[in-house]
Amino acid sequence: MTGWTREQMAELAAHDIPDGSYVNLGIGIPELVAKFVPEGREFIYHTENGLLGMGPAPDPSEEDHELINAGKKMVTVVPGGSFFDHATSFTMIRGGHIDVCVLGAMQVSEQGDLANWSTGAATAIPAVGGAMDLAAGVKTIFVITQHTTKTGDAKIVKNCTYPLTGPKIVSRIFTNLAVLDVTKDGLRVLKMAPGISFEDLQAQTEADLIQ
Amino acid sequence: MIDKRVKSVADAVADIKGGATIMIGGFGEAGSPTELIHALIDTGVKDLTVINNNTGNGEVGLAALIGAGQVKKMICSYPRSSHSKVFPELYLKGEIELEIVPQGTLAERIRAGGTGIPAFYTATTVGTPLAEGKEIRSFDGQEFVLEYGLKADFALIKCESSDRLGNLIYNKTARNFNPVMCTAADVTIVQTHKLVELGSLDSEAIVTPNIFVDRIVEVSDPVIESHLIAAGECYP
Repeated sequence: MTGWTREQMAELAAHDIPDGSYVNLGIGIPELVAKFVPEGREFIYHTENGLLGMGPAPDPSEEDHELINAGKKMVTVVPGGSFFDHATSFTMIRGGHIDVCVLGAMQVSEQGDLANWSTGAATAIPAVGGAMDLAAGVKTIFVITQHTTKTGDAKIVKNCTYPLTGPKIVSRIFTNLAVLDVTKDGLRVLKMAPGISFEDLQAQTEADLIQ
Repeated sequence: MIDKRVKSVADAVADIKGGATIMIGGFGEAGSPTELIHALIDTGVKDLTVINNNTGNGEVGLAALIGAGQVKKMICSYPRSSHSKVFPELYLKGEIELEIVPQGTLAERIRAGGTGIPAFYTATTVGTPLAEGKEIRSFDGQEFVLEYGLKADFALIKCESSDRLGNLIYNKTARNFNPVMCTAADVTIVQTHKLVELGSLDSEAIVTPNIFVDRIVEVSDPVIESHLIAAGECYP
């Protein structure tokens, strides 16, 4: 059961971001969202290491090791872009000024709890970066993730077993199999990938789904 | 006459003693004062507490300082990266302490330290393991966690241009933690790519006013850490 590709998941998420949004994209599949801005919409991308108005990766001739994103990859600046220090950058995040954040996940619960920073294992080195600040401060949080782990374990769960990044913060989940809305009644299925039945989807999901 | 220029990176860090707390600017390699860090390695001082977003890359810069056994504790948000091997090895052997701080809380703790605010409340980490054991208080029905301001004995900073007074401007995303760290250390030591004539920096564009800066050293051809790592170089 493969369902949507990473690019298709990113395109679905981009489609649900309103015109004029200030957007922060997490590392990994969320970065692909920037390739799929729907026609007629303008998003402004924030990267927490101090740039508002982030553009795509540079041509090799324009690479600059002092112009990078939060994943430490080289990027560009769009017209109107600005640089600032970390305190200002996290004022944008923690002060509620960023409209939408798209994050990856290790687990998401049916209440919208997100775990994406540590397995909690004794040998794991904790590394949180800006994830908890985004979780606490951004108005709308989308998650893009494969529906299950590589070994087939559920990632959409009743309760997260990994340490939380933030409780009750996710509003919508985009997986390779479905788009799910977090509601007060539980996870509602908005869309399913072609060829996926509700029964297939539920079988891959620990949390109870609402059709 | 005020003149904060010093002759060499070695002179700039010569009075840093063992046991000091040091803020080091940079986010990954961008804005990392690598030459000042290498000068600190040369001094051999130990038992340092270092505040940085990361733990360095490869075996140069901050990673080399850690690898030399000079750091007893790291305060950072993200001690992993694709080229970060030195810290994980020491940490898993129990040979270095780690205080993990969310990136925004880290920036705000430094900002608070620099502006004379001893502690503040934030929503970040509420409901997560990183809030355990910390004071929680409700404001308008929402919970917040108490976090303390951070100060340091020294800050090691990289900027793009400075004049002799220590007015600083930075380059693109190499700004990151540098300006806020300048405000929170007893002694702020800056390596500048270019040393410029007083009056040549636009007063509207100066990011760090000189009151926050103590020493300036020109490093006109700074290394690029990722180039050193790609070449397999180690410091010293």
